[in-house]
Amino acid sequence: MRRTPQETEEGAAIVGRRGLILGCGMAAFATVLGSRMRYLQVNQADQFRLLAEENRINIRLLPPARGQIFDRNGLLIAGNEQNYRVTILRDEVDDPEATLRNLSHLIPLTDEDIAEILDEMYKRSRLVPITVADRLSWEDVSQVAVNAPALPGITPEFGLSRFYPRADDFAHIVGYVGPVSDYDLSRIEDPDPVLQIPKFQLGKTGIENKLEDELRGKAGTKRIEVNAAGRVMRELGREEATKGNTVQLTTDTRLQNFVQARLSGESAAAVVIDVTNGDIMALGSAPAFDPNKFVRGISVADYGSLTDNIYRPLANKAVQGTYPPGSTFKMVTALAALEAGLISPGETVYCPGHLTVSGRRFHCWKRGGHGKMDLRNSLKQSCDVYYYDVAQRVGVDRISAIARKLGLGERHDVPMSAVASGLMPTRAWKLENRGEEWLIGDSLNASIGQGFVLTSPLQLAVMTARIATGRSVSPRLVRAVDDRPEADRAGVPLEIATSSLRAIRDAMFAVSNEQRGTAFSTRIADKDKRMAGKTGTSQVRNITAAERRAGVFRNEDLPWERRDHALFVGFAPVETPRYAISVVVEHGGGGSAAAAPIARDIMLAAQFGSIPPLSAYPEAQRNRIQSSLEELPIADPRDGPKVAQEA
Amino acid sequence: MTYLAHNHKVVPTGPSKLLYLNWPIVLLLAAIASLGFLMLYSVAGGSMTPWAEPQMKRFALGLAVMLFVAMIPTWFLRNVAGLAYAISVVLLIMVEFFGSTGMGAQRWIDLGFMRLQPSELTKITLVAFLAAYYDWLDVKKVSRPFWVIIPVLIIALPTYLTLRQPDLGTALLLVFGGGGLMFLAGVSWLYFGAVIGAGVAIVAGVFRSRGTEWQLLKDYQYRRIDTFLDPASDPLGAGYHITQSKIALGSGGWTGRGYMQGTQSRLNFLPEKHTDFIFTTLAEEFGFVGAISLLALYVAVLLFCIVSAVSNKDRFASLLTLGVALTFFLFFAVNMSMVMGLAPVVGVPLPLVSYGGSAMLVLMLAFGLVQSAHIHRPR
Repeated sequence: MRRTPQETEEGAAIVGRRGLILGCGMAAFATVLGSRMRYLQVNQADQFRLLAEENRINIRLLPPARGQIFDRNGLLIAGNEQNYRVTILRDEVDDPEATLRNLSHLIPLTDEDIAEILDEMYKRSRLVPITVADRLSWEDVSQVAVNAPALPGITPEFGLSRFYPRADDFAHIVGYVGPVSDYDLSRIEDPDPVLQIPKFQLGKTGIENKLEDELRGKAGTKRIEVNAAGRVMRELGREEATKGNTVQLTTDTRLQNFVQARLSGESAAAVVIDVTNGDIMALGSAPAFDPNKFVRGISVADYGSLTDNIYRPLANKAVQGTYPPGSTFKMVTALAALEAGLISPGETVYCPGHLTVSGRRFHCWKRGGHGKMDLRNSLKQSCDVYYYDVAQRVGVDRISAIARKLGLGERHDVPMSAVASGLMPTRAWKLENRGEEWLIGDSLNASIGQGFVLTSPLQLAVMTARIATGRSVSPRLVRAVDDRPEADRAGVPLEIATSSLRAIRDAMFAVSNEQRGTAFSTRIADKDKRMAGKTGTSQVRNITAAERRAGVFRNEDLPWERRDHALFVGFAPVETPRYAISVVVEHGGGGSAAAAPIARDIMLAAQFGSIPPLSAYPEAQRNRIQSSLEELPIADPRDGPKVAQEA
Repeated sequence: MTYLAHNHKVVPTGPSKLLYLNWPIVLLLAAIASLGFLMLYSVAGGSMTPWAEPQMKRFALGLAVMLFVAMIPTWFLRNVAGLAYAISVVLLIMVEFFGSTGMGAQRWIDLGFMRLQPSELTKITLVAFLAAYYDWLDVKKVSRPFWVIIPVLIIALPTYLTLRQPDLGTALLLVFGGGGLMFLAGVSWLYFGAVIGAGVAIVAGVFRSRGTEWQLLKDYQYRRIDTFLDPASDPLGAGYHITQSKIALGSGGWTGRGYMQGTQSRLNFLPEKHTDFIFTTLAEEFGFVGAISLLALYVAVLLFCIVSAVSNKDRFASLLTLGVALTFFLFFAVNMSMVMGLAPVVGVPLPLVSYGGSAMLVLMLAFGLVQSAHIHRPR
């Protein structure tokens, strides 16, 4: 059908008009688009560019090398060793099982290991590297590296891992590190992001734990470009991690080794303090354990054998263990009486072997009694009745006050785990905690370091150091952090009369150096190294009257855990004291037989700076001593590495 | 208006038709397509494969198709428009039954040598058929209800079929393209006013009823609408595309990060970086200057189409040219709006730049129609 030209023209005119209208509409919208471009790309460019950077750049943490720990002579106690491991990334491997099988020809991998790794791998994201094998030798890792093209997704890596070259010796002082656990994180407020690094090692006990902040160092960062899937494309820059601070301890590695060796076989603790500045020269607790096992992830069997052992290897008995001090406490009672002016050193008390107070009979350890005893003899022979008598006059509160001056009942400020404060009872304490009145019998028990009194080996060593110097010596374990020396802890003069202290020290000299002294058999023959001390034997149970009558209280006849604790405290040399020592042998029997010999050996080792020469011992004992010293498992610390191997 | 020949009076025949082509449009299309090649080379990380090279071949094929169509007299095109429309509707129905599924939607038929996307084809055949319809229809009848309902049905049929695929982007383009053509043909403003008014009323009703007892949609449907309209409310889900694409655009700044330096697209933060979101790569690498230049090229194409249409006394040719121009406009306007966060994300490619065979060929075919209308216009 044909239309008139007029019609056609009319139609075309309408279309033209409408076309122009539509064109205007389109132009308007194009303007909107253009201004939107301008808004996004010019006005808001800075903001979006920032967002783009955040998108693309991922910051990864670089773990810092942990600070090393040295002894007072610069010998390495805790360092870092290179740890070679192999990881697998599922994202980069098509057939993980086949790859792992191939890998098992190069490094030791059992079928169970492979099954475990595969299991772990499918639990995690494709992009999380899974550790295939840890602590490989350099040879194994280079094998893997050389064969890398045939092992897709397998990466040999190296990192640093804590290493304790002295193994057991410092297990209790330094403690150990382990991987950060969820429990650790839950306890830390605002945790350092570095703790989120997988397998990051955190101090769990001892110095490692207490000085964590110093030792940890600061994480470095690596800026990497990642794509939307999180895969690393390239590294843009890095800021290296800052190594943790070096910590220098006051301990002497050789002495520590000697102490641990000498205590081995017992359940015992010993502390040696330099009385001139409070430095802890050695702090032993036996048995010990190898902290390296914890770093590597201790096996269930090994851990079980540590926790099941009745000698409690994991406990640091030197600071955590509290024991009734027994007769080593008699110096405190004597000082309290002297200071109160209630006795004079020459005053005597008659010891018939027992004392009856308010209807109850209190026995002296010597059934037949000591006869007339003055202060010096009462300490020398460790007469109990003398102290029963004195205690009635002095009262527990004055004894407790002196004990506190000497550092008992106080939690000493040393960076170790669970430092015990012990217990120094007073009347108020008993009323508050037991709801009972203080009884005179309690005072009598306390006067010979029994009953409620509890002390740790560290406290006993500090007490001895304070008696030896008359100053408030405090224990110091850290000598310097990052070459910044810690303050000396020689303390200030105690408010105890010099004459009183001199009388006590003289009596302690008698204990170790005079006939009939309880430690005379363990005297030191070398005149310049002579020691003054005090033995102690503390009961862990009450001896019943029936047992007493039957005569069954020989320690050797009792099961181990019911035997007495053996204690010894002492200082040397007697003229110008340098070292104070305390030894506690759990359930060791008598202090003079079980603790004093250990204390003598350690004290000599401390003074000689080596295994003591036989000439320091009384002639009659030398043969026996020689063989026992030779049997000690001593390791020369100079054999160990001085500095850790670090990349 | 001719650009290369002097004789304005005679409708050309034979090979001399080439001289009467609307050359500026050809050049503009080539320029736009070349920008596309550059971007595809860039998003492939500096590689001709897998996108740039096939795209060049398709453009070459598309140019051939355009020239071939340009040679066909307009009267013939008008006569086959109805048939073309019928074929594309049949193809759409076939997709329903035999189509392959890609990206979660059934969109194409595998012809062996290429995948045919009937919905792409429909955009042009619908425009051509409506142009033919209005060319046939008496001008006086254009606004009569009966004659308005017929084109509405013509539009509704393929729209319904594409929605079933589901391909919301194409459906929108069909509705706006068809509606635009009705507007161009002179359908009374009243109809458009009524439709817009009714649409506003429905939308208002749907939203106002939310939370009341006579709520029109289910709660989850409202939530879907929410994320559709405001993807930023779900930055890692539905909003991920748009957030990332805005970041890419914005970080381009004035002059961009430089060719092949776009970090967003290169690092795969952008989805569909070679298809619907290719504009972000261009904007990131060439900045505002690059983005506005592309927009200017598109607008220039529109301008030449409108000039050609307005000066054409043949109603069919005029409508066809404007219809193609409108479709072309809808393509880039919807794509750019979506990428720049002005519109919800619907799958509409950036014309001639996005990677995709059907869209490229169909667009070149459409410009072939424009060329034919230009060459064979009555003198």
